[in-house]
Amino acid sequence: MAQITLKPTKVPELYLECYNITPDAFAGKSLMEIADLDAHEGKIKVKLGDYFDIAGQSGNTVEETAIKIEGDCSKVKYIGNKMTAGSITINGNADMYVGGWMKGGKIHVMGNVDSFCGIAMEGGEILVEGNAQNHVGCAYRGDWRGMRGGTIRIKGSAGNDIGTFMLGGTIIIEKDAFIHVSTHAEGGTVIIKGNVQGRVGGQMVKGDIYVLGSVQYMLPGFKKVGSVEQKIDGTEATFTHYVGDLGERHPKSKGKEVYANLYVLES
Amino acid sequence: MPKWITQVGCPYCGASCDDLEVLVSDDGKRVLETRNACAIGNEIFHHAQSPSRPKLPRMRQPDGSMKEVSYDEAIDYTAKTLLAAKKPLIYGFGSTNCEGMSAVARVAEKGGAVLDNCASICHGPSFLAIFDNGYPSCTLGEAKNRADVVVFWGCNPMHAHPRHTSRYSIFPRGTFTAKGQMTRTIICVDPRETDTAKLADHHLMVKQGHDYDLFDAFRTVLRGHDIPDEVAGIPKKTILDAAKVMKNARFVMIFFGMGCTHTDGRNHNVDIAISLTRDLNAHTKASIMAMRGHYNIAGPGQVWSWQFGFPYCIDLSKGTHAHMNPGETSSIDLAMRGEIDCFVNVGTDAGAHFPIRAVEQLKKHPFITVDPNICMASEISDLHIPVRVVGVEEPGVVYRMDNVPIQFKKVVDGPEGVPSDEELFDRVYERMCELTETEPIWLLAKDHAKAATNAEQ
Repeated sequence: MAQITLKPTKVPELYLECYNITPDAFAGKSLMEIADLDAHEGKIKVKLGDYFDIAGQSGNTVEETAIKIEGDCSKVKYIGNKMTAGSITINGNADMYVGGWMKGGKIHVMGNVDSFCGIAMEGGEILVEGNAQNHVGCAYRGDWRGMRGGTIRIKGSAGNDIGTFMLGGTIIIEKDAFIHVSTHAEGGTVIIKGNVQGRVGGQMVKGDIYVLGSVQYMLPGFKKVGSVEQKIDGTEATFTHYVGDLGERHPKSKGKEVYANLYVLES
Repeated sequence: MPKWITQVGCPYCGASCDDLEVLVSDDGKRVLETRNACAIGNEIFHHAQSPSRPKLPRMRQPDGSMKEVSYDEAIDYTAKTLLAAKKPLIYGFGSTNCEGMSAVARVAEKGGAVLDNCASICHGPSFLAIFDNGYPSCTLGEAKNRADVVVFWGCNPMHAHPRHTSRYSIFPRGTFTAKGQMTRTIICVDPRETDTAKLADHHLMVKQGHDYDLFDAFRTVLRGHDIPDEVAGIPKKTILDAAKVMKNARFVMIFFGMGCTHTDGRNHNVDIAISLTRDLNAHTKASIMAMRGHYNIAGPGQVWSWQFGFPYCIDLSKGTHAHMNPGETSSIDLAMRGEIDCFVNVGTDAGAHFPIRAVEQLKKHPFITVDPNICMASEISDLHIPVRVVGVEEPGVVYRMDNVPIQFKKVVDGPEGVPSDEELFDRVYERMCELTETEPIWLLAKDHAKAATNAEQ
């Protein structure tokens, strides 16, 4: 796999929108061509070469292109935006929209990410070693089709609105989450390994949520139906099984209503 | 003889009363008295007459003092500052007319700015919920004539919309609500015992920040399922009773305010309220409405949706398309993150309403205020440009909280030489076009549209 290395050379005064840092944009291009790709700082159009030292070689195809960012991207948005294959490694933090609208490939962030990580994701893999802010794997505003596939793993904690309007795929938060998990979801799986404050599965139609910590405030629309033993992301344990959201509409399958499932670790 | 002007619109709250009467002096320059206005509306008409009102722009000097400058100088400074900034933010518009908002939008497009309005710190989350879940709403007239159960959720019209309860929601006699208050059952959901709560038949004192849970409980009950013994600090029986009242109503009207939009969950609180309204329609008729704050804060939503496709938080910096995503393009987030380098505050007081940390960030860059009066924002600005007061000295179209457009009148002449928002921003736009050596296409288009309308008439 051919690798391109980007080294940040200066910190932008505002924020950089680098919608072109993707294997799709880099594949088959020379270093000069890559340095000449557009980015935006506010209304000012800039070039990637203005902010990064670019070295290495790009692959002939998207699949063969790996991008490594050697430095902090706390002020860089849209890394891996709409990427379809290849890989990106960020040795530091990244700002908003990491892997937004992503269809395939792999993103590995060594630091933290800001909000909207994996927004409207369709496939691929995002791994964040640090924390994420809000809206992990959520839908774009007004879109009833949220995350459809792929995997997001946040090794730290996350904020609110995890997997809003989710239809498929998996989100794993290894530490705590704030509120609104899988709101309006109609599929997919969310695993929270820490504690959640509340509003887990509000207006949820279908899909699964696993909480390996505690839920501080359960929604009244979730009903306990039993307990199950399950192995989830390497942990085998007994979970209390709830179904819901009983306040929401639910489709019928073979004459029976299909509910969303919430599994909370039994203490 | 002083003259009474009737059917005057009130430039205060979102109820946008249009039944005011104003007594104007012989020379048509002074407001002597008002009728039908609430205490705050009355004050606005009298305040416009204040002799201490600024009549020229004031520019911050190197020594920190403010010095009066000409309008030409102020317009030149505004145009140059907007053009020089990488990402300017133009925010406000709670208190101006649609003509002004449209003019500002032309400036924002030219300057590659982010265009945002007070909804950003007010009913913006309602917009997001409406995008996600629709808006089964009606007009205030329908609420007055039909609603026999009125729910006030997280809002306090007795203070924020003083004539709302007497014109539309609690007291008035309507077609199917002939006995006024006697016909209506009032439910108030509020963590505090507000003056609206005191008027209610049922006050559900919800635990602060748990509105979503309570909405979910209502929905669960309406679908015939059981709920826990207590939800959000409210006993099960109280919830069952209130749900029964709503179910048995002929027409349920839900009004919601900041208690929903600005507690944790924000848009989701409104979203589930909309879902509840939809559920109620399986049993009876129900409708929902946002208690918009200012008399024309529904205006930018209408005007900009028409111009750009989005009601607020519109990032025009790319020049090719509009981008909207609150959380990123919302004023407070932009300010807090240090993502903008020029701030223009129009017809509102960001100095008073924004968190202090946001104001501190904004103050690192040029800060311009366009407002008829002295306010906190004007006093920390680098440039303050006074304009005429809409509804008093300037007519125009405003949108009431139910998105009904109303033509507001002017009752007196404004101070000499002071422009309206529309005139001011058209001049800023013209100056920006001069500086960039481009055609002022939107002004030409506006003249063309006006000529066509006049020819039709």
